[in-house]
Amino acid sequence: MLLQVEDLSVNYGVIHAVKGVNFEVNEGEIVSLIGANGAGKTTILKTISGLMRPAGGKIVYDGHEIQKFKSQKIVAGGISQVPEGRRIFAGLTVMENLQMGAFLRKNRDALKKDYQEVFERFPVLQERKNQDAATLSGGEQQMLAMGRALMAKPKLLLMDEPSMGLAPIFINEIFDIIQAIKQQGTTVLLIEQNASKALSIADRGYVLATGNILMTGTGKELLANKDVQKAYLGG
Amino acid sequence: MQQLVNGLSLGSIYALLALGYTMVYGIIKLINFAHGDIYMLGAFWGYYVINQLHFNFWLALASAMLFCALVGVVIEYLAYRPLRNSPRIAALITAIGVSFLLENGMAYMFSSNVRSFPQVMKVKQYHLGSVSISNIQILILAVSIILMILLQLIVRKTKMGKAMRAVSVDPAAAQLIGINIDRTISFTFALGSAMAGAAGVMIGLYYNSIDPLMGMTPGIKAFVAAVLGGIGLIPGAAIGGFVIGLLETLMQALGFSAFKDAAVYAVLIIILLIRPAGILGKKIKEKV
Ligand SMILES: Nc1ncnc2c1ncn2[C@@H]1O[C@H](COP(=O)(O)OP(=O)(O)O)[C@@H](O)[C@H]1O
Ligand SMILES: [Mg+2]
Repeated sequence: MLLQVEDLSVNYGVIHAVKGVNFEVNEGEIVSLIGANGAGKTTILKTISGLMRPAGGKIVYDGHEIQKFKSQKIVAGGISQVPEGRRIFAGLTVMENLQMGAFLRKNRDALKKDYQEVFERFPVLQERKNQDAATLSGGEQQMLAMGRALMAKPKLLLMDEPSMGLAPIFINEIFDIIQAIKQQGTTVLLIEQNASKALSIADRGYVLATGNILMTGTGKELLANKDVQKAYLGG
Repeated sequence: MQQLVNGLSLGSIYALLALGYTMVYGIIKLINFAHGDIYMLGAFWGYYVINQLHFNFWLALASAMLFCALVGVVIEYLAYRPLRNSPRIAALITAIGVSFLLENGMAYMFSSNVRSFPQVMKVKQYHLGSVSISNIQILILAVSIILMILLQLIVRKTKMGKAMRAVSVDPAAAQLIGINIDRTISFTFALGSAMAGAAGVMIGLYYNSIDPLMGMTPGIKAFVAAVLGGIGLIPGAAIGGFVIGLLETLMQALGFSAFKDAAVYAVLIIILLIRPAGILGKKIKEKV
């Protein structure tokens, strides 16, 4: 097991955003965590990445409890995140954004190869590499955010609503890329409101509502589930 | 013409100081009121190492930069870091407190007398037609411009410089890629304070007098320069510094010496009214 979240609770002051959540991610999987707006998805990812401290519970990654680790140690350990809203660095060029993704890495030869790989996966980033990242379109910014996270060479990639606010062609492309990332051996924890897409590419999924896990199963099982269909798939 | 020369040398001092304000503001959104006092400490450091240790100008300059960098880092660590997640007003008040502490601490330890700065260099005047320019003025201009170019290279080209810009734009996203925020902020204080230290030594040489309160007025003027150029923008601070320096000498030349400080504050008010983002500032649009 690569990641195991046990009885995790997270608060914002008096607001209990995550209330005793359990889930796990195995090496090589895509696991989708779906849920409506405000369910606590982003909070869970922030806590895994060390931006927030849990009120209770454990996060075990690769055999270590990491819930007290600083974020840079977590990144160094192989967890990187594509945050909600993309959060690319405006004012830095596309290339500089990618370089920042590789902030903790030293090996120049390996880096060179990885820039090449990112550019092959996202040709538009190569075309725009000297452009201010803020001038990219939403879909391109999403690709940059993914490229930036991949430059850290993660074992586990956390993605927070990568399809949010994107045009349909970009959405399909993003989900194709997520599958390709998995094929290359990176484990993915994917968070989405776009439940049908997220479940259709997932090995397993969890349904989150108001800070609790309601249901779990394979991607297919959840897609076929009547309650899931009613609540999250618009039918 | 003469005023242009005088204004540029004074302006380059303001520019060096304004850089520190703008970088610190860029990264932690704090107006570091103690910044002018770091410049004062730089001047005192220069005074002592030249008098006691017989350092030459370059050694005094370099060591003052190092010393001030260290002071800046320590101030951030002790005074501002514990308040990082407190309301901004708390840090602002603390900054004012640090400023008083440095001014009064120095006055207590070294007395508040004005003392004359050791002249490590013989003043030479060069005359180009009706314009006279001293070797000190040339030195100040040259050193300031070299430091600004160096700073720009550090911020644009080095990994830490890029990290600084990344943290300024989005600290949480920077953390998510493994950038150590604390270290990046320390680095920013070190750079900004080193610039102030250099400015302090050079102003000592230029005006020939230093005292514990010498940082107050230039500090405020440099802050105005930073706002004028667009707070948070490094090239803006440089431009703002030169503009303020020129404005001040121009006022003096026109016989309004008594109003030269007032003119600077008037600039601040006008800028805040008509273009709060500053000369180089632009409104940042959300991209979807
Ligand atoms: N900074 C914050 N301060 C207070 N409450 C917050 C904050 N961020 C999120 N919340 C609350 O926590 C809950 C979960 O939010 P979030 O994790 O962002 O949900 P999701 O990502 O599933 O939309 C929501 O009720 C939200 O209002
Ligand atoms: Mg969210």
